[in-house]
Amino acid sequence: MDLRIAHLYPDLMNIYGDRGNVIALAQRAKWRGIGVEVRPYSVGEWADPEWPDVWFFGGGQDQGQDIVGADLAGRNGASLRKSVEGGAAIFSVCGGYQLLGHEYVPEVGPSIPGLGVLDVTTRAGKKRFVGNLLVDSPDGPLVGFENHSGRTYLGSSAKPLGTVIAGNGNNGEDKTEGAVQGKVIGCYLHGSCLPKNPWLADRLLGWAIARRHPDARLDPLDDTDELAARAQASEVARTRT
Amino acid sequence: MPDALALIANAAGKLTREGLRATGRGATALPGLVALTVDPDFIGALSATLAHGVACVSGTNGKTTTARMLADITRTAGWDPIHNRSGSNLDRGVAAALLAETSWSAEPRGNFGLFEIDEASLPSAVGRLKPRVVVVTNLFRDQMDRYFELDALAKKIGDALAGLPADTTLVLNADDPLVSYLALRRDAKTIFFGVDDPDVGGVVPQAISDATRCPRCKSPLTYKRVVLAHVGDWSCSSCGLARPLRDVSATKVTLGPSGSEIVLAGTVGNVFEPVRVPIPGLYNAYNALAALAAARALDLGLAEAIRALASFRPAFGRLETIEHKGRTLRLVLVKNPAGFNAAIGALLETGRTPRLLAALSDRDADGRDVSWIWDADFEALAPSVEHAVITGLRGRDLALRFKYAGLARERLEVVDDWAAAIDRATALAPEGSEVVVLATYTAMQALRAVLARAGATVPFWED
Repeated sequence: MDLRIAHLYPDLMNIYGDRGNVIALAQRAKWRGIGVEVRPYSVGEWADPEWPDVWFFGGGQDQGQDIVGADLAGRNGASLRKSVEGGAAIFSVCGGYQLLGHEYVPEVGPSIPGLGVLDVTTRAGKKRFVGNLLVDSPDGPLVGFENHSGRTYLGSSAKPLGTVIAGNGNNGEDKTEGAVQGKVIGCYLHGSCLPKNPWLADRLLGWAIARRHPDARLDPLDDTDELAARAQASEVARTRT
Repeated sequence: MPDALALIANAAGKLTREGLRATGRGATALPGLVALTVDPDFIGALSATLAHGVACVSGTNGKTTTARMLADITRTAGWDPIHNRSGSNLDRGVAAALLAETSWSAEPRGNFGLFEIDEASLPSAVGRLKPRVVVVTNLFRDQMDRYFELDALAKKIGDALAGLPADTTLVLNADDPLVSYLALRRDAKTIFFGVDDPDVGGVVPQAISDATRCPRCKSPLTYKRVVLAHVGDWSCSSCGLARPLRDVSATKVTLGPSGSEIVLAGTVGNVFEPVRVPIPGLYNAYNALAALAAARALDLGLAEAIRALASFRPAFGRLETIEHKGRTLRLVLVKNPAGFNAAIGALLETGRTPRLLAALSDRDADGRDVSWIWDADFEALAPSVEHAVITGLRGRDLALRFKYAGLARERLEVVDDWAAAIDRATALAPEGSEVVVLATYTAMQALRAVLARAGATVPFWED
């Protein structure tokens, strides 16, 4: 059994330590005896829609985001959309999350169109949300660090990933954080997110493996260290945000 | 002579300083804050009276070491620098350094201001201090909860430097595209430094890079050599922007376990013996080049400057060593991916298999966002680690980073309490051996405080 991970724009959307999510997916597969290949996909390269089981799309600087937005408007974007229709999963954070929505509406100037695989829209906000972010969900808590000025609002097809306990989340207003639609997830959790939120990592791994191995099951791992890190970060989020 | 307001600010700040020092505190910031509250232009008013003017040293990594090297160089030249040497590098730290060296009538007891400036504070600081020389060592991602994005920060610094008078000399790292681009926006004297040794660095761009795009036209950059992250021999094939000519250049860098040797290029290179840099690591060789370039910008003799460097001693947490219970603790301050990668590069250059005490905290001075550890190259470090004891307010995140980098679980141990962590790391190291302490700023402070209480010879806070 093998797992194919595509890392979107690792050269441009690579700040805030989001590559830890790729490391987490890869290691948690390897520890279960699953072979892993990670391929970078960047601007101007043909992103093969058939290859990846799971895509990772992280946050970037504004400059990177402009270049990536323009690239996704072309055939790489069409390819990514086709890949999702074909059963691949996507995990996105911050800038990547925003670009998977319908559009980003800046304070001035025309809006930047997104891929539209998540039913969300993001508007520029004045105050930047910077701090620890603690979220609860029916599947378990999530913790990380948010750093964004965009306000993201969910449409009816996207469901929130969870409810904000501490911090701001999607928009600082409706207590929602992140979005899930089919096998596509977006959120504002840096940290990196997946290492200390192992249930979410395994949710994505399960979806990814199922694309080509529908009967495969994931063996449980010893998550003592992961849960200890989550507990420590959650305590900080509750008491020092 | 400073005006009345500056005199009052001086007195108020000095009173605060006396009070703090009477209770055994370091007094590296609060007195400055008091003086600035009384007179917001305090640092401008006092520094204007310094005969040799002011030099500012900024950048993401290396500013404390570079400024200390430059302090030694100017002292050897007979100057009397007033220097915020503890690395307290916001406005209040500059003010506190001035307060430590003024009389009660606000007359400075030095003739040269040497100020390490936090890169986010540089735009406002240069406006106030009107420096003769501004050194920028490098720009990497750092504590993004505080500085936000690197491009935006570089633009702010560029704007501030573009507004300086023509007699301010810039000293810039030619090998860092973001830094060298700062010069192209103004029409004034610039001294560039860089490394031209073909054996330094590789051809493969490193995974973690902040500026893979041209700072002018945003096209991808081409590298003949990559030294660290985006630092190297760079050019843009699209708009033609390229690494500027180096005024102070190392044609040969020889790295050793306790220091390095640099051969300088050109006319200066023919005159002098190799430069001896008595602290290890390629990044410290860069710091030495920055200090030498700054000395040149200040019209100081290079022969003397090189002699001053040879007897340099490192600063707080910059590869200083402390003896404790028969073991040598080597302290390495880490705070961002580039600094971490440079530090472990220096550790591994000499083929060590380090025993580690690693501490991660998330107070303001550490950076509240610990995400950066996932951008640092723990994968390069993990295979060599003999044993790691992990501590700090976010030690659990750090332990996870080591685990995901492939360090075997039995080589990894989390000990939450500072003193217990030091005891455990010491117990695991044979007598006479070395423990490498990797820690963020406030974690290093906490560990040092414990060591001092335990009777280890810990140099005073400011030295």
